[in-house]
Amino acid sequence: MAANLLSVINVAAYYRQQVGTSIKTIKAVDGVDLYLYEKEILGIVGESGSGKSTLANVILMNIKKPLEFVKGSVRIYTGNGFLDLNSMSVEELRTKVWGKEIALIPQSAMNALMPTLKIKRIILDVIRSHQDRINEKEVVEKAAKRFRELGLPEKAIDMYPFELSGGMRQRAVIAVATLLNPRILIADEPSSALDVVSQRMVLKTFYDLLRKNIIKSVIFISHDIATVRQIATDMCVMYAGKIVERGSTDELIRKPLHPYTEGLIGSIPSVEPGIRERKLKYIPGQPPDLSNPPTGCRFHPRCPYTMKLCKVKEPPMVNVGNKRLVACWLHVKR
Amino acid sequence: MLEVKNLTKVYELGFVSKKRIIAVENVSFKVEEGEIVSLVGESGSGKTTTAKIILRLLPPTSGSIIFEGKDVWRDVRKREEKINYWRKVHAVFQDPYSSYNPFYTIDRVLKQGVRLIGINPSSDKADELINEALEYVGLNPSEVLGKYPHQLSGGQRQRVMIARCWIIKPKLILADEPVSMIDASMRVSIIELFEKLRESYGSSTIFITHDMSLAYYISDRILVMYKGRIVDEGPPEDVISNPEHEYTKRLIASVPRLYQKWTL
Repeated sequence: MAANLLSVINVAAYYRQQVGTSIKTIKAVDGVDLYLYEKEILGIVGESGSGKSTLANVILMNIKKPLEFVKGSVRIYTGNGFLDLNSMSVEELRTKVWGKEIALIPQSAMNALMPTLKIKRIILDVIRSHQDRINEKEVVEKAAKRFRELGLPEKAIDMYPFELSGGMRQRAVIAVATLLNPRILIADEPSSALDVVSQRMVLKTFYDLLRKNIIKSVIFISHDIATVRQIATDMCVMYAGKIVERGSTDELIRKPLHPYTEGLIGSIPSVEPGIRERKLKYIPGQPPDLSNPPTGCRFHPRCPYTMKLCKVKEPPMVNVGNKRLVACWLHVKR
Repeated sequence: MLEVKNLTKVYELGFVSKKRIIAVENVSFKVEEGEIVSLVGESGSGKTTTAKIILRLLPPTSGSIIFEGKDVWRDVRKREEKINYWRKVHAVFQDPYSSYNPFYTIDRVLKQGVRLIGINPSSDKADELINEALEYVGLNPSEVLGKYPHQLSGGQRQRVMIARCWIIKPKLILADEPVSMIDASMRVSIIELFEKLRESYGSSTIFITHDMSLAYYISDRILVMYKGRIVDEGPPEDVISNPEHEYTKRLIASVPRLYQKWTL
């Protein structure tokens, strides 16, 4: 069995918002378990507001107000032993973990590059934020080598961000984020703002990084199941701050177990014959307000199979065999 | 019903040395009554420029738009003529939030619709019509009326815009990326409203999107735009299984599919 790289156990992180005199608590991530193994590309899918991006920040322990880490543990396995990220200080995380063990490509990172700085300056700034002393020439040489490995033109290093096309810019961001060879790369919606042709190139870049052993595994966060499906070996589905199902990509797509996954997959148009005749379905209603989530299973108000039990008791995550996990009373043996 | 003839739009930039950008080049197509036609293309392909010219918001450089036998840019000039045109050709835009004025409740856009068809917006008839419209698009009037745009979800906001379409009952709806800001599980329920409008009133829709999968699902005919030109055209099945132009071939090959995996 492949080595475990990351164990996230029962984490919860809430946003605290001051509304007048009272404090509103938004339970963005509420009791999530996640395991990541070597060579895995784990896709995390879910709708907007389901807690995907918050989960990414929790994995990095990049907790900034108004986000608050409530409970749980985040442990990563390094070459020698393990690190418990939830008990480290920001300074320790910055020098030991971020960029070196886990790197994050935040959503819209490619559009956040300073337009007046050349890619080269951006590379130096990134490395400088993780290492105290750097040799500029060495770093630039290393970056040029990495650009070559990933099929990017070396001259891009001497260009400004706006001189590169969207796809190229995103691939450059990926190359820069992985310069320190992190074990785990978390990419948040890395291909969402791109046209489909560049999207494909970006996905290929992740593959290349894994193939060349630059990184050990990827967490790929997206709302677009059809895209995640193209790259992920395994998939997690998030709904209202919880993971409701996990499985290998092929199985999860072909035979979704959780009613939410079933509804979500049934609602996606795809340019495949039969879709027009079969007619797409949709999930009635809308995702819950996470400051006041429904009791029991959080999906029960929209679920076509709701039973009495669903309204009062939260379903546990059960293993139904073959690495498939699902949190739904329909699949709990009683 | 609508005919777009040799439409060209050139944007000129600069004051002394002019730079010309050809946004739309010699585009021609027809839309029949009750037809749902998709304009598919990547950003910058000229889809929205075409829509704006049809909506009489942006003058063309050359070419014409013929709607019900009238040249829209030549024959529709007076205020009443324009209002009459917009009653028949109505738009639904991408970002439902920016279609609203945040200082007013959402009732306002519906009342504007009612006024456009010549009914006093503060009459009982108007209230009845608004309630009926909201129910038609699957909203509970008591839950949305009197609310401000920010109090509604994206899906609800877009549904209210379609409710306005129902009040006005236009002959042609121009829907510019109407669901790209809406979650996947609710997208289909919104695009099906356009089908519902067609069934009830024979409204045609020009559906503008970058999403080939969605266009494939909803349309009677697909027009593929690339660099300002229409490069491929036909019924969805034909365009998907038998693309002619190089660009369409590349596009179709790159669209991620749900049940087929690429080899990367």
